[in-house]
Amino acid sequence: MVAMIDYGVGNLFSLKSSLISIGAEVVVTSDRDTIRTADHILLPGVGAFEDAAKKLHDMGLDTIIKEEAGNGKPLLGICLGMQLLFDKSLEYGVHEGLGLIHGEVRPIAEKIPEGLKIPQIGWNALRFRKKSPLFRYIKDGDYVYFVHSYAAMDCDDAVIADTEYGAYLTAAVAAGNVFGCQFHPEKSGAVGLNILRAFVEYGGEGAR
Amino acid sequence: MITKRIIPCLDVKNGRVVKGINFEGLSDVSSPVALAKYYSDCGADELVFYDITASAEGRQLFTDILCEVAKTIFIPLTVGGGINTVADFDRVLKCGADKVSVNSGAIRNPDLVYEAAKRYGNQCVVISADVKRVDGVFRVFAKGGRENTGMEAISWIRRCVENGAGEVVLNSIDTDGVKHGFDLEMLDAVCNAVDVPVIASGGAGCMEDFVTLFQTLPKVDAGLAASIFHFGEVAIPDLKRLLSSAGIPMRL
Repeated sequence: MVAMIDYGVGNLFSLKSSLISIGAEVVVTSDRDTIRTADHILLPGVGAFEDAAKKLHDMGLDTIIKEEAGNGKPLLGICLGMQLLFDKSLEYGVHEGLGLIHGEVRPIAEKIPEGLKIPQIGWNALRFRKKSPLFRYIKDGDYVYFVHSYAAMDCDDAVIADTEYGAYLTAAVAAGNVFGCQFHPEKSGAVGLNILRAFVEYGGEGAR
Repeated sequence: MITKRIIPCLDVKNGRVVKGINFEGLSDVSSPVALAKYYSDCGADELVFYDITASAEGRQLFTDILCEVAKTIFIPLTVGGGINTVADFDRVLKCGADKVSVNSGAIRNPDLVYEAAKRYGNQCVVISADVKRVDGVFRVFAKGGRENTGMEAISWIRRCVENGAGEVVLNSIDTDGVKHGFDLEMLDAVCNAVDVPVIASGGAGCMEDFVTLFQTLPKVDAGLAASIFHFGEVAIPDLKRLLSSAGIPMRL
């Protein structure tokens, strides 16, 4: 069972539907016991980092996510959910994240040339940087759908794929059993569904 | 590199797609779910659903259908038509829409764009403007292009973007239905005025019109059309291959 964390941030309808469409059993929840019994944890999110981090904390979900990830349970953060996995974000101030992946989230404006539109909205190609179980069913150069103004930086060790938008921006990260996608797999057609399928089939570090 | 987007627009009335022909392998052309799946399988980069229903019952039917579509296809969905309040945003977003397009609603209530952007984020709010030349000036029209608001279009669109609209759909009334190509002059003016994505709408008659659009105006992010896709005059896979061979970045 996949526990999709419900902490009042963003719209979970499409992500839930996409998991159901690949035959996954999914529960949208903020209940600690349900999260503990789940085989996989999905951390979605759209919106502002500070507000999301605060909600996770206020609901006591930050500790349980860290505990479960620490125990080796596969965790996938999507979009803002990915950004929350990092040490900190510089979106409107400096805010602490979950610290599960080292690096920080900063404005893409720092990296890309002037004249490019921000946010990056649209389909862009993945450039694989490392082998990953997440990429089991997709190939280098496949297109996925992005909507973001911030990106993870100073995290070279964790980058498994990036994407070119005037400069190379972090597209997907992994540190052991913890994964993150900056793009929206639930809006990336067949490629996105194949990433989700690879995640729910992934059994954790060294397992299966 | 980010790709240019090709977006079919579906007009829905009382839960059915208003016009179209039968494609091979598509049994019910007026079923929004079947048509959405067909377009998604063909490589459409995004879909726009436009609700032209007048009644409340029809609106409910539309949101039910939208939920079905969002359960079936997994590409970005934009919804427009009858969006007048933040509650309307809520209604369609809960059914799986990713972006909401406002037109007359923003003209009637100038705070709508700001309120919605604050609540759901700029990426969620699309300003759709119907624009027509009147005595050489671009003017915004309301009520499906029937009523001249008297507002100058470029400053209106710029104001909407300042208030939080994350994308602009520009429908040129002058070229709409004429099928002689997009309104490049009007699009150029809008692209130079805002720094958010601009989607061209109105005037596409053949595949070459899209090539001309993206080659002449590299700042345009997407091309939107309805009838040429629905009536089979342009097949999306052919269009995307042609654009790609002309050097336009495409998701193939």
